[in-house]
Amino acid sequence: MHHYDVLVIGGGHAGVEAACAAARMGVRAALVSFDLDAIGAMSCNPAIGGLGKGHLVREVDALDGVIGRAADAGAIHYRMLNRSKGSAVWGPRVQADRVRFKAAVQRTVRAQANLTLVQGEAAALVLKSGVVAGLELADGTVLDAPRVILCTGTFLGGILYRGEERFEGGRIGENAAKRLAQQLRAADLPMARLKTGTPPRLDGRTIDWAALEEQPSDGEEWTMSPLTPRRVNPQVFCAITRTMQAGHDAIRANLHRSPLFSGAIAAAGPRYCPSIEDKIHRFGDREGHQVFLEPEGLDTHLVYPNGISTSLPVDVQETVVRTMPGCERVAIVQPGYAVEYDHIDPRALTPDLQLRAIPGLYCAGQINGTTGYEEAAAQGLVAGLEAAAAVLGKAAPQLDRANSYIAVMVDDLTLQGVTEPYRMLTARAEYRLRLRANNAATRLTGLGIEAGCIGPQRRAWWERREDVREMFHVKHSTKVHARELAELGLPVRRDHGEKALSEWLRHDGVTPAALAPWLEEVTTLDPLLAEEMAEDAAYAPYLARQDAELRDLRASEALPLPADFPYAEVPGLSNEMVERLTRAAPGTLAAAGRVPGVTPAALSALLVHARRRIAA
Amino acid sequence: MALENLAGRVPPPRRASLAHLRDGVGGLLDVALVLWFPGPDCATGEDLAEFHCHGGRAVVAAVERALAAIPGLRRAEAGEFTRRAFANGRIDLAEAEGLGDLLAAETELARAAALANAGGALSRQVEGWRERVLGLSAEVEGVLDFSDEEDSADLPECFTWNIAALAQDLRQWLARPRSERLGEGFRVVLAGPPNAGKSTLFNALTESEAAITSPIAGTTRDVIERSVAIGGVPFTFVDTAGLRDDGLADEIESIGIDRAKSQLARADLVLWLGPEGGGPPGAWEIAAQADRDGFVPKRSASFTLSATSGEGLGALKSGLVKAARDALPKPGEAALNARQHARLSEAAEALEGAQGLSDPLLIAEELRRARLAFDRLIGRATTEDMLDTLFGRFCIGK
Repeated sequence: MHHYDVLVIGGGHAGVEAACAAARMGVRAALVSFDLDAIGAMSCNPAIGGLGKGHLVREVDALDGVIGRAADAGAIHYRMLNRSKGSAVWGPRVQADRVRFKAAVQRTVRAQANLTLVQGEAAALVLKSGVVAGLELADGTVLDAPRVILCTGTFLGGILYRGEERFEGGRIGENAAKRLAQQLRAADLPMARLKTGTPPRLDGRTIDWAALEEQPSDGEEWTMSPLTPRRVNPQVFCAITRTMQAGHDAIRANLHRSPLFSGAIAAAGPRYCPSIEDKIHRFGDREGHQVFLEPEGLDTHLVYPNGISTSLPVDVQETVVRTMPGCERVAIVQPGYAVEYDHIDPRALTPDLQLRAIPGLYCAGQINGTTGYEEAAAQGLVAGLEAAAAVLGKAAPQLDRANSYIAVMVDDLTLQGVTEPYRMLTARAEYRLRLRANNAATRLTGLGIEAGCIGPQRRAWWERREDVREMFHVKHSTKVHARELAELGLPVRRDHGEKALSEWLRHDGVTPAALAPWLEEVTTLDPLLAEEMAEDAAYAPYLARQDAELRDLRASEALPLPADFPYAEVPGLSNEMVERLTRAAPGTLAAAGRVPGVTPAALSALLVHARRRIAA
Repeated sequence: MALENLAGRVPPPRRASLAHLRDGVGGLLDVALVLWFPGPDCATGEDLAEFHCHGGRAVVAAVERALAAIPGLRRAEAGEFTRRAFANGRIDLAEAEGLGDLLAAETELARAAALANAGGALSRQVEGWRERVLGLSAEVEGVLDFSDEEDSADLPECFTWNIAALAQDLRQWLARPRSERLGEGFRVVLAGPPNAGKSTLFNALTESEAAITSPIAGTTRDVIERSVAIGGVPFTFVDTAGLRDDGLADEIESIGIDRAKSQLARADLVLWLGPEGGGPPGAWEIAAQADRDGFVPKRSASFTLSATSGEGLGALKSGLVKAARDALPKPGEAALNARQHARLSEAAEALEGAQGLSDPLLIAEELRRARLAFDRLIGRATTEDMLDTLFGRFCIGK
C-alpha cells in the first residue's frame, strides 16, 4: 500500500531538492517530515547565494531545482557580490522574506508530479539483509522503498547551547530524531561532531535606521533563476553597523560563560564564520567588527544581525547589541544560540552520496558535515538524481570538477572529509574560470535534459537559448579589420590586421557594447547570454591552457578503482597510504590523487597495479 | 627470507656481520659480510638485506643462483630500488633524479651536483618557492572569496612586488648552468686554417693520439670529439677540419669544413689557432707552434704554446678549467636538468604573466599554474611518461 521508489526524510533545503529531483526523473517519490508546514523553512540567515554559494544555486537551478526560483519569489534585496572583479567570481545573493520563500517551496513540492508528502516521525530504517527496504514511522506505519535519502540536518543528536542553558533538538522548538540517530549509531558509521551558531534576532522597530549607512538592493534587474521573468517583491534596504569596544569588553568579561570557551562544546565550528566571542578572542586588537542588519521579511519586524552569531547568555547578548550604533535601544526577540550536532564522515559515502555500509541509503546536507542552504540543496539534488537513476537503471547527469561546483563539493566531501562545517568557496574550484554563475545553464541544462530531470518549461527555454547561442557563435567568428574598429574610435592599432570578433573581445578597451554594429542584433535577443559569450571570448586563452590539464585529468578519471580494490596488495604502498585510500575508497585514479596525504609515488604504484589488474 | 636461507640467521639491524653463506643443500658458497635493514627506516622503506660477497664471478653467480631458488625472489628491475624508495615516499622526484645523476656521474663536479640534488637541495628550494606562491595565492583568494566581509582590503601594494621578486629568483635559477652540461662537459672546439696545429694540440689536451697529425694541409677531414676530465672538470674537446675557402678542398674536405662551422656554433669556447682576429667572437686567440721556426707571435694572444714541447700547455689547461668552472654548475650547488628547467620556466612564465594583470581572478589562475608547475617539478602530480623516462635511466638495482 505504501510503495515508493525513493523516500526522502527531512523537508529542509536538501530534502526538498532530493524529493523533487527524484520526482522529476519520473520515479515515485515521497517526502517524510515531522511537520509538513515546516517544509522550506529557513533556519538561520534569511539570505540565499553569495560567493561560491550563488554558483551552487544557479547550478541547482540549471538542473531544474527548486531553490533558485523560490529565492526569487522571496527576494526583498538583491546584491551581486564581487561585482568589481572577474565575472567568474561574481556571487549573486538575495535576502529572502522567510514567509514568501517557504510559501514558494511549499507550492512547488505540492504541485510536483510523482511526489507524495508524508507527515510523520521517521523512527527507523527497514533493512533486509543489510540493504535498505524502507522506513518505519513512529506510529508504526511502514513505507516500502529501495532507496532512502537522509536529509535530517542538525536533527541528528543536536544539542542547543545558550550560555549555561542546554536544549535538545535541531532548531528551537523542534524534536531531534532520536531513534533514527540511535540506529545510525548502531550501524557503526564513522561519525563526528560539529558546531554552528546563529545570532539573536532583533526587533526592527527598535533600531534607529536613520543613523546608519544604508545598503540598497542592486539597481539591475537580474534574478537568481533565468526562469523568473522579473523581480516580484518590493525591495528593502539593509544597514551596516559595527560592534564597539564596550561590547567587546562585555564579551571578554563573560567568555567563561560561553559554552565554546567553558569546554561544553568541543566540536569545531566554521573558521570562515566565527562566533562574535571567537572573533573577539582571536582578533582582540580590532576596534570593531562589521555587522549587517538584514530585514527578515516584508511582513515582519524581525532583523537578522549578520556577523554576531553567539552562544553567550542572553544578558550578555543584550549588552553587546546595545553598544552597536543605531541599536542603543534595540530589543532582542529571540536570543542567539550554538548548535552542536552529529554528522557522518562523508568519506563513508560514494560519489552518488550513498552510504557504502548501507546500500540504498543516501545522505545529503548538513548531516554530511556541510553548512548552508545552498550546499544542502546541491547535495539533495545529487542524491535525488542518483537514487532515481539507480531505480531506473540509468545514469544521472555526469558532473565533474571541470563542469560544476556541485561536483567539486561532492568530490571534496567524499574524498577529503571535513574538519569544520564545509562551505563552498570559489577557491575550491580549480577550473573556476569556466564555472561561472552566469553560465550554469550552458554547462548543465543539456546534461540534465539527457538524464531526464528537466521539466518542459525549462527545456523549451534552454532550446531557444541554444539557438541564440549558435547565432552568437556565428557572429563572433565574423572577421573584422582593425581599421574598421579604429574608425569607431576603439583603442586598436590600424595595422593589426583582420581578426574574428571573439579575438577582438580580448583586447583592452574592446567591449561587447563597442562591437554593437556587429553584435547588436543578437545581443537584444538575450543580453545576459551576450555577456556570457563575451566572457568566454575573453577567457579563451586561459581556458585553452587548461585543456591539456583537463585531458590528463580525464585520462586518470577513466581509470576506475573498484570499491574493493585491494590496496594492501599494491607493492610499495605504505600502511599509511593503504589506510588512507581504503577509508576514502576513491572511485578513480584521479580521485585517489585528491585524497589528502596520498603521495604521487603512491599514485604511480597504484597506476601500475590498476593497469595490471585491468589487463589480467 | 633470504638471510635465514643463506646465512642461517638474521643479524642485528644495521650492523655488518660475518656469515657463512650456504645453498639449499648446505654447500658453502662464500664467507661474506651481511647486513640487515628492517623497513621502513631504510633507503627504500622496505626490509632490505645486503650480501657483500667476494668478487669472483663464480662466487657471485653461485650466490645469485641460491637466491633465485628462493620462492618469491627475483632480480631487481632497472631502477627498481629507487622507484620503490620514491613509491614509499622516502624520496621525492627531484631527489630520485639526483640519485640517477649520481649513479651516472663521471666527474667530480657532476658527482657534487648530483649529490646536492639527491640530498634534496632542489626539493627544499622548490618547497620554499611553493610556500611563497601558496602565500600569494591565499592573499588573492582572500580578496576573491571574502571581499564582502570585514578584511575587505584589495591586494596590498607589495603584492605585485612580491610576485616580481619570486619570478626574479626563478629567473636567476633558470640562468644557471644546467646539469646536462656536467654529463656533456664543457665543449671546447679547436678551429683555424689547415695545418695550424689543431690536431696536435687536440692530442696534447686529450692526452691521446685520436687525431692523425701530419704536415699535409687538410689531414683532418671530419670532426673528432673526445671527452676528458681535467682537474675534475668534464670537457669535450672537438678537433675540426681546417677552414679554408681557397677552392683547394675536395668534396670530402668541404663537408668537413661545413661540419667544422656548425661545431663553432655549438661550442662553449673556441680555441682559435688561425690569423689574429680571424676567429669567431669570444674565441681565445691561441698562438700555437711556438717551437717552430718562423713562429709569428700574436699581439693579443690568450695563450702562447707549443703542443709538441709542452710549453704553455699547463697554463692553457688551468685557463680552461677556470673558464669551465664558471660555466658549469658550481660544486655542491643543485643544478636543473632539462625537465626541471622546463617546469621552472612554466612557473616563471606564470608569475610573469600574473604581474601584468589587474583582475585578481586571472592573477589567481596564473598562481595556480605556477603551483602546478612546482608540483610537477617535485613530482606531486606526476604522469606515467615522466616516470618511465626517469626510471629507464637506471641500470640494474640501485
